[in-house]
Amino acid sequence: MTSGGIGRSVSTWAAGAAALLGGTAAWANPVPNQLNMTKGVSEWSPYAMHMVALWVCVVIGVVVFGAMFIAMFRFRKSRGAVAEKWSHSTKLEIVWTVVPVIILIFLAHLATGGLTTFADTTGSEMTIKVTGYQWKWRYDYVDYKGKGVNQVGFMSKLEETSDRTRQLRSNLDPEKIQVDGYPTYLLDVDKPLVVPVGVKIRFIIVGGDVIHSWWVPALGWKMDAIPGIANSAWTKIKEPGVYRGQCAELCGQDHGFMPIVVKAVPRAEFEQWLASQEDAAKVEKAAQTAQAAPAPAPQG
Amino acid sequence: MAHEATHDHHDHHGAPSGFFQRWVMSTNHKDIGTLYLIFSLTMFFIGGAFAMVIRAELFKPGMQLVQPYFFNEMTTMHALVMIFGAIMPSFVGLANWMIPLMVGAPDMALPRMNNLSFWIMPFAFILLLSTLFMPGGGPAGGWTMYPPLSLQGESIAYTIFAIHLMGISSIMGAINIIATILNMRAPGMDLLKMPVFVWSWLITAFLLIAVMPVLAGAVTMLLTDKYFHTNFFNAAGGGDPVLFQHIFWFFGHPEVYIMILPAFGIISEIIPTFARKPIFGYRAMVFAIASIAFLSFIVWAHHMFAVGLPMGAEIFFMYATMLIAVPTGVKVFNWVSTMWGGSMTFETPMLFSIAFVILFTIGGFSGLMLALAPADFQYHDTYFVVAHFHYVLVTGAAFSIMAAAYYWLPKWSGHMYSETWGKIHFWSSVISVNVLFFPQHFLGLAGMPRRIPDYNVAFANFNMISSIGGFWFGASQLIFLGVVIHCVFFSKKKAADRSWEGAKGLEWTVPSPAPFHTFDVPPVIHDDELAHGNTEH
Repeated sequence: MTSGGIGRSVSTWAAGAAALLGGTAAWANPVPNQLNMTKGVSEWSPYAMHMVALWVCVVIGVVVFGAMFIAMFRFRKSRGAVAEKWSHSTKLEIVWTVVPVIILIFLAHLATGGLTTFADTTGSEMTIKVTGYQWKWRYDYVDYKGKGVNQVGFMSKLEETSDRTRQLRSNLDPEKIQVDGYPTYLLDVDKPLVVPVGVKIRFIIVGGDVIHSWWVPALGWKMDAIPGIANSAWTKIKEPGVYRGQCAELCGQDHGFMPIVVKAVPRAEFEQWLASQEDAAKVEKAAQTAQAAPAPAPQG
Repeated sequence: MAHEATHDHHDHHGAPSGFFQRWVMSTNHKDIGTLYLIFSLTMFFIGGAFAMVIRAELFKPGMQLVQPYFFNEMTTMHALVMIFGAIMPSFVGLANWMIPLMVGAPDMALPRMNNLSFWIMPFAFILLLSTLFMPGGGPAGGWTMYPPLSLQGESIAYTIFAIHLMGISSIMGAINIIATILNMRAPGMDLLKMPVFVWSWLITAFLLIAVMPVLAGAVTMLLTDKYFHTNFFNAAGGGDPVLFQHIFWFFGHPEVYIMILPAFGIISEIIPTFARKPIFGYRAMVFAIASIAFLSFIVWAHHMFAVGLPMGAEIFFMYATMLIAVPTGVKVFNWVSTMWGGSMTFETPMLFSIAFVILFTIGGFSGLMLALAPADFQYHDTYFVVAHFHYVLVTGAAFSIMAAAYYWLPKWSGHMYSETWGKIHFWSSVISVNVLFFPQHFLGLAGMPRRIPDYNVAFANFNMISSIGGFWFGASQLIFLGVVIHCVFFSKKKAADRSWEGAKGLEWTVPSPAPFHTFDVPPVIHDDELAHGNTEH
């Protein structure tokens, strides 16, 4: 990228601002000059909670800073202000203790609701196990619609062009790495996680070596992948699309280079894909057993 | 250099004349305070240099300057140096200088321990910084040192030993401060007449004593896991990596308040001085500090909302964290009320204090947002968090320290600093720091994780703006250095004993510069002369 980045992208400001002000065309992946959190594509989203809290803060800020600036303007010595002597007012102090408490109760009520739905992984129709490794992800499909999935699992790591470009002083242009016009530098993988839309998916998230954190902003949450602990979380994606994320817990030198790509496809397409993967696994296993006839290699 | 005591009739010694005798063997609270302040300023520039490396690498997408591992060393060292080397020692330095002067004590209660607690620090930091020059490099697992990652580092033993030393130093400093405040106040300096700064340090010192041993325990467990085959945090051996996080943040959250409560105290001294009006709600201010300190012990897991806590735990820690907004709000409202109806002038310390109130409050707002667990699932470990804690630590803690330096420099040096250059420093800092940190909110919300050396081009513009702000803010601090050096060594303008028109409190009753020994005879306290002496509330 050249240093003209700021000038070049004035037009993208407009796009970012339009998205901020909330058209229905929400952006799911980071866009240049994006100012706000994505609404996400999952049934569960902290976006509303975030906006309520933001506006509460803005209103309080305007009141408090407004009072401060009025004070700084009115009570200047240079304008002949004479200091008053009072230093206490029980009434005021009760007001500004009680009012914040009421606001906090309101926020706590909203947040508790959000937590309750987030924590509820019941009724999921599908389970995917996510394992974090230094520095790639592994996805294993555990079950789908109450049926065990046979041997579908794979590693997913940073795709090659990004990997070459991100080497120190590679002199390759990160701007050039695009998929369908979207810049995917460091946000694309060799093999994405394929999931169906409209299905409540339960993720079981674990760490293989150190702690990682599985985060796709469009799904609305991140969850740490910790060795020895099986965390769970869920999503139910509303619209097909490609949703990108990154590891969010410092996990060593290539922490910045282990992206996550979730490809959400219609249910029928997913079922087809899953069947083809299962078949491929069968073929591969048969080949391996034939090769190592006396002692079949254990399958991971 | 030696200032003979001029305010009483005792015949007694001034400062020792030899450099070694005076500085290395010092037991004088003012000299040790000066040492602490010089040390912390040095560390501020070293930690700042690390930050410059970070911002330079993040200037644009692609890796241009450093390897990712070295980048991680920089983020880790920047945090450790700034927290343990710059912010904490500078508050201890201010405590050393000002608490005896503010409560009418001749010195700290334990002068020899005072010397030891300072002189441990340079050795601790030489150990820590030396790891950067070793094969294998310095610690790169983040200042939070989460295992198993931190155990992969080869320099962990050095880091842990350095942290033990810093902890010992902090605990000794805290003991000294508590002993001084509780035992050495002049007759008539009742606890509820003490300056808010002294109160804030009394409470902070208790926090330090409570949590530094916890940190020592946590890092010692890391050490035995690494070298002695224990399995405290090793899941394969029956341990639990999350246990470390609980222990660490049980230290870490009070630690956050250790870095902000003395700042509250400083601001509560400066605003009344330049508003020429007593602090509003003195008792409420003291009580608010105490409540914040108490709450700081029961909120630690809000740093861990994404580790998969049970829902009950998330709810408890969320509610407890939100409660902190109440006493913090009281403090902000009281500062504004102190200004209301005052007769304000805007010298550099006041400018920094006003900026503190506004910008710290912005950091408080993002803190409130972060407290909401469902939203935190998005914010956590992103640049939104980076923006949040830099608002509270840079425009909060660091700005308060600069305000304090400008406020008390005339008392320390006997000269006035250059008001023009002080104001240039202020405006340059306050604008650049917002250019530096405000865009980081947007980056975090858009999805940029923290602690990454490179990023997607969607994040390019705000990173470039942030880096420009960073270089500008860094350069602005050289002005600060210049102002201080000029004031101490070259300024011709003599400071009056009461250097500020509206200043109240015992420290302004002694000459400027403060003589080597003050208050050998306890002063007679007139309530009207105290900062908060006749405050009935």
